[in-house]
Amino acid sequence: MTEAAARALDRIFRTESGAVLATLIRVLGDFQLAEDALQDALTAALETWPKSGVPDAPGAWLTAIARRKALDRLRHQRIVEAKSTAVAQLMRLEQEAQTELGASGWSPEPDDQLRLIFTCCHPALSREAQVALTLRTLGGLSVGEIARAFLATEAAIAQRLARAKQKILRAGIPYEIPGRESLGPRLDAVLSVLYLVFNEGYWATGGPALVRGDLVADALRLAASLVTLLPDEPEPRGLLALMMLHDSRREARAGARGELVLLEDQDRSKWKRDEIQEGVRLVENALQMKRPGSYQIQAAIAAVHAEATTAAETDWRQIALLYDELLRYEATPVVELNRAVAVSFAAHPDLGLRLLDRIERTHALENYAPFHLARADMLRRLGRRDEMREAYQRALPFAENEQVRRFIEARTRGEA
Amino acid sequence: MKYVLLIYAAEKDWTTLSQEEQGRIYNAYWAYTQELKSSGKMLACEPLQPTLTATTVRVRNGKMLSTDGPFAETKEQLGGLYVVDVKDLNEAMEWAARIPDAFTGSIEIRPVMDVSTIDNIK
Repeated sequence: MTEAAARALDRIFRTESGAVLATLIRVLGDFQLAEDALQDALTAALETWPKSGVPDAPGAWLTAIARRKALDRLRHQRIVEAKSTAVAQLMRLEQEAQTELGASGWSPEPDDQLRLIFTCCHPALSREAQVALTLRTLGGLSVGEIARAFLATEAAIAQRLARAKQKILRAGIPYEIPGRESLGPRLDAVLSVLYLVFNEGYWATGGPALVRGDLVADALRLAASLVTLLPDEPEPRGLLALMMLHDSRREARAGARGELVLLEDQDRSKWKRDEIQEGVRLVENALQMKRPGSYQIQAAIAAVHAEATTAAETDWRQIALLYDELLRYEATPVVELNRAVAVSFAAHPDLGLRLLDRIERTHALENYAPFHLARADMLRRLGRRDEMREAYQRALPFAENEQVRRFIEARTRGEA
Repeated sequence: MKYVLLIYAAEKDWTTLSQEEQGRIYNAYWAYTQELKSSGKMLACEPLQPTLTATTVRVRNGKMLSTDGPFAETKEQLGGLYVVDVKDLNEAMEWAARIPDAFTGSIEIRPVMDVSTIDNIK
């Protein structure tokens, strides 16, 4: 197989496997069996497709083969272990296979993917397990890819996944879409998993930045499919818009030597206009549903930034007002901090400093580099150089990223 | 599926409550238990005597060793349990979240092991 053909196959696997797996889990009622059967089907595809060509409906092809492989595995399991559950499952599946109804049950339903995402992000699972499961099952990432993305060993990720699947099975976590009354909080959990994946890629907490770029694409892809699956929910749209608006600035965020470039100093011609337009369209669309939420407001803030052609033209009043609104949904010190920054531009740095003093008295952000960076920048704008240097020094121990550390050092030396 | 809902709460807090407050909690438990019972999903309900009554037993090298008190010294102590038979973990979580002590203590949910699927039990 040529390298191009291998890449094409890989792309198909990635886009199709989440939906196929979701259906397999519903029918088989067993995460591990579904995953093994899918692996078998992918191996079969790898053997036959290069010769016979890619089928018209690759998802349906994979599901059909996986179904046969699952039955094979269950038959084998019956012989080896004589497990009563395996036997019961096999009998049910063989019976279903005889009937027309059974066969149609195997065809993918759009709701399967929703069931899967809500199961992967079930609150009874740890956040790490939620993230790994979502990327593995819906994102179609390999264990190795997840391990590299989160700077963990393959063995650690494999164990995390195995434990999570065990818990789903043995603790009785249902494979279903939550009802109306619990949809809100359950959807929040899904959205925060996707946003965590995005941020992990976008901010690259540790390790070389290049490795993480894929996570951004994975998060965008998963968020886009969530928007399609839940068309009446505004918050997934808000999240997708927020991600796109951040991502539109990716190229401009780092300088020639990989150093951090602040929003106000970025070369705005490097911002991706089409991604901005799409993000703005999405957030406007979401806000029209008249059920505002945290992600929609954050996206609206990002949109105000994106629409300013120069930093000086930024509508900081609007941004400060949006942060006021955001505090109603997310009354956290970090939102307070962002509001203080907006106020410092909309009104005066002195006012921003006063708001920062108020946060400081709570000690909530003592170890948070952006807090000290924000103070340092306000002091810089006021020309209070000594206090500025002191604030930068206080940020340094808490900077998680090499690029941020270099930025602080440059600023303290007075280069930038 | 069967689940055990283990109720953990700080015994120390209980002793500092006034009689009226204790009465309110008893009433809340009584109402909750009645509701769970009438849903047909309750298999058992056992409040426990405080940990000062606990004895822990171990057998080592054929000798029984017993100590006064619970197995582990923790901030919250096991104070009672419900056994429920419900559809899935979601339903178990819903019932657990309504146990009066869930608001100050914590409820551990454990699925009951189904021994009928273990093949090598004679």
